[in-house]
Amino acid sequence: MPSQNKNGLKVWQKRTARESIFHWVLWLIGIMIFTYCWQQISKSTTWFFVWDAPRIATDLWTRATPPKWEYISQLGKPIWDTLNIATLGTIFALIIAVPVAFLAARNTTPSRFLIRPFALLIIVSTRSINSLIWALLLIAIIGPGVFAGVIAIAIRSIGFCAKLLYEAIEEIDETQVEAITATGASRWQVMVYGIVPQILPAFAGIAVFRWDINIRESTVLGLVGAGGIGLQLSSSLNVLAWPQVSLILIVILIAVVISEWVSAKVRGAII
Amino acid sequence: MNTDIFNVQVKIGKPWKKPPFVQSNLLRWVLITGFVIYLIAAYMTIDVNWSRVYEGLERGKKFVLAFTNPDFTSRSSDIWEGMIESILMTVASSVVGILISIPIALGAARNVSPLPVYLICRGIIAISRALQEIIVAILLVAIFGFGPLAGFLTLSFATIGFLSKLLAEDIESMDKVQAEAIKASGAKWTQWINYGVQPQVMPRLIGLSIYRVDINFRESAILGLVGAGGIGATLNTAFDRYEYDTAAAILLIIIVIVMALEYLSGIVRARVQ
Repeated sequence: MPSQNKNGLKVWQKRTARESIFHWVLWLIGIMIFTYCWQQISKSTTWFFVWDAPRIATDLWTRATPPKWEYISQLGKPIWDTLNIATLGTIFALIIAVPVAFLAARNTTPSRFLIRPFALLIIVSTRSINSLIWALLLIAIIGPGVFAGVIAIAIRSIGFCAKLLYEAIEEIDETQVEAITATGASRWQVMVYGIVPQILPAFAGIAVFRWDINIRESTVLGLVGAGGIGLQLSSSLNVLAWPQVSLILIVILIAVVISEWVSAKVRGAII
Repeated sequence: MNTDIFNVQVKIGKPWKKPPFVQSNLLRWVLITGFVIYLIAAYMTIDVNWSRVYEGLERGKKFVLAFTNPDFTSRSSDIWEGMIESILMTVASSVVGILISIPIALGAARNVSPLPVYLICRGIIAISRALQEIIVAILLVAIFGFGPLAGFLTLSFATIGFLSKLLAEDIESMDKVQAEAIKASGAKWTQWINYGVQPQVMPRLIGLSIYRVDINFRESAILGLVGAGGIGATLNTAFDRYEYDTAAAILLIIIVIVMALEYLSGIVRARVQ
């Protein structure tokens, strides 16, 4: 135990002298990096606008309140579109994610050196790019609209669902699989009766969890033109109709809270 | 003879059938029919312009091919600047976000803080989690003007909600015995937190922080779409001008950095846990 002599008394210390120097150096480097980053950010900031910010914020607030409640009659279709983007996107993603997950899991993949890296590549590349970027890309390819949003959400969700699912597959109880194999079952029968029942609760949980995230993401996809309530948001922003913007933000907040509540309830029922 | 065969069937019992996932018969059928009706309704309301999609496939092929031949050079200064800005925003916002979220997490843990503080901190977390990054960015750009400052503030704000919530849950599920032992030695409140609580949640805090750095980088890539700084603006321009090879280069850089961060976080988390 590290200790220090103080007037003949041994006093307990958390770290040895070398350890504490090492820690101080680490902290110093960290602070230096942060200061550098902050300097760069502040260099490319117009500080006049920042000092002016409180006035602008109060100005925005007075413009945005009260929300234009009657505008809600025009929001029905966009909300329905948003729900469709999230739900259909999740369904498409799951259809593709299931085979990818089986190819990526160590214990079910047909080939560890050829197919598994390929499946992992699909997972990483779809996961690391945000759905808004996928939407941008798909709008350039297949044109603006709800369909582009559905596909963007689907692609983004493949990696997420497949990753969680293949981790669940790798954690299954092997003895059950062995028992099914011992009855003389074929490869497919082993999968259906040995593996699938074990991962079904995880699968349902992942699906609902991702659906909840997708509701959030699909509310803003419209900003780049991919349909849903974001489309109304961006057109209201463009014409500076702040009362409409505040109403749309309230609607989005309510949608997010409801979807989170639903997903928590369903996951609670499954697990 | 025939009746004998039937008897055998009765004796060995019914053949086994797989039990359904949803136990209740009625609920299962309601769920299935509801789902089918929803699918039909959803399909009816989405009007897909198939000829436009078909035309677009050619461009899609071009984009996929661009990945085999990404163009890092012709817009290298734009890419470089955007990337640096994204990384600066990520680092600065992660540091600030983590520093702010630690006291809020302490406040949001019911076993550490009194009820009024708990409610305030939970309120902050709820607001931060409910608001989307991109929406916060739009508002902050309107208030603070274009540039990385708005992005930095957005990411810090989002970090608070994420990190405080998970950290507070970890503090709430900590081992009471250790914390009590420190308290029994006559420690002050700060000492109690420092020696009784902090060592227990430190591995989780480090793991979550690194995970959040990863998320912040990914989010910083899109904040540029609304003018909040970072690589997103460059990417948007590349798509608008149909410069798929430049876009592919940017996407590849993002994927590589995210992979590197994920690999790094795996190593760090394995070491601290």
